[in-house]
Amino acid sequence: MKQLPEIAGVFAYLSLLTVGGGMAAFPELKTLTVETYHWVTFPEMLHFYSLGQLAPGPNMMMVVSIGAIAAQAGVPNVAAGLIGAAVALIAFFLPTGILTWGIGRLWTHLATWRWRPAIQTGLGSVSVGLVLAGAIIMGRGAVTSVLYAAIAIVVFFLLLKTKINPAYPIVASGLVGVLAHWIG
Amino acid sequence: MSDTSSLTDPKPSLGRLFWVFFVMGATSLGGGVVGYLRTGLVVRNRWLDDLTFVELLSISQTLPGLNATNMSILVGDRLRGAWGALLATIGMCLPGAALMTAAAFAYGIGGDDPWSKAFLHGIAAGALGLIVVVMVQLGSRVLKGVADYVIVLATAAAVAIFNVQVPIALIGAGIVAIWWHRPRARDTVDGSRK
Repeated sequence: MKQLPEIAGVFAYLSLLTVGGGMAAFPELKTLTVETYHWVTFPEMLHFYSLGQLAPGPNMMMVVSIGAIAAQAGVPNVAAGLIGAAVALIAFFLPTGILTWGIGRLWTHLATWRWRPAIQTGLGSVSVGLVLAGAIIMGRGAVTSVLYAAIAIVVFFLLLKTKINPAYPIVASGLVGVLAHWIG
Repeated sequence: MSDTSSLTDPKPSLGRLFWVFFVMGATSLGGGVVGYLRTGLVVRNRWLDDLTFVELLSISQTLPGLNATNMSILVGDRLRGAWGALLATIGMCLPGAALMTAAAFAYGIGGDDPWSKAFLHGIAAGALGLIVVVMVQLGSRVLKGVADYVIVLATAAAVAIFNVQVPIALIGAGIVAIWWHRPRARDTVDGSRK
């Protein structure tokens, strides 16, 4: 359980980077959980990240999975896992939550502030850049052959051109992976 | 445009607020939680009109934190104050958090199985496609001029290729980008430059 302060610190820090969406924190998420603390391997992190996209609610719930694994430190222990999950959850949502709550109240009073559109537009392009960086880093782990590149491209165009629920093509991608394993 | 007079009593009970967010937190499968939020808040319960929804969404996207939880906080606070914000957020997070905790334990048991690895590797490729779509949709709303695209590429290259730490890239590129869009004397009220 000695990992709890580290879990709290890592996820509180990561939460502050999620400008424009959870993907903006992906590069630092990999650096800290994989390279610095060795809680998970990069493929494991990718697996949880992708499962998290399927889960309902906020799309970064994978932080609780990593919290649960980190707190158990290789020794299966349900109580430690649950506490680790709770610590990761609170750390990831409380600091930014308080910030949003405070600034949200202030923001409506800033409707006519001249810098407000500048901040909104400026941070908008930076957050797209951070999401792109996250996608590139994720792609290095997820696209290991032509098949997986094809899956990503097909899902991309399907979601871009149709209103289909993303859960369907993502589950289908998993089944293609299973099929490839069966054939190969 | 929604008619403001058609809004229902803007003060749902805390229990009702929690329940509505809990249901959205449990049913918004496959990401795209913003769509579920609009259906739940604007269409079904009529707690907000479309204009307020878009306004709160733009705050959510500018501030750190996920859109889903930032929206829960802003809407909860608007409807029932601080307790409303807290309960809406807990309701939104609880189902997904429970599922992903269970996933962590299941992974400990079956994660090394080659079949589940093959499945997870497949969904990682699919999830990458989803991320890029979300990025393109976000980009089409916020990117307006060549300078915005330069900022995007510079930020992405700094982080993904030159391993610049995200906070440094965020602050550095953020200052440049905000300065580029700084208010000027001939600005219109909505801030768009002519």
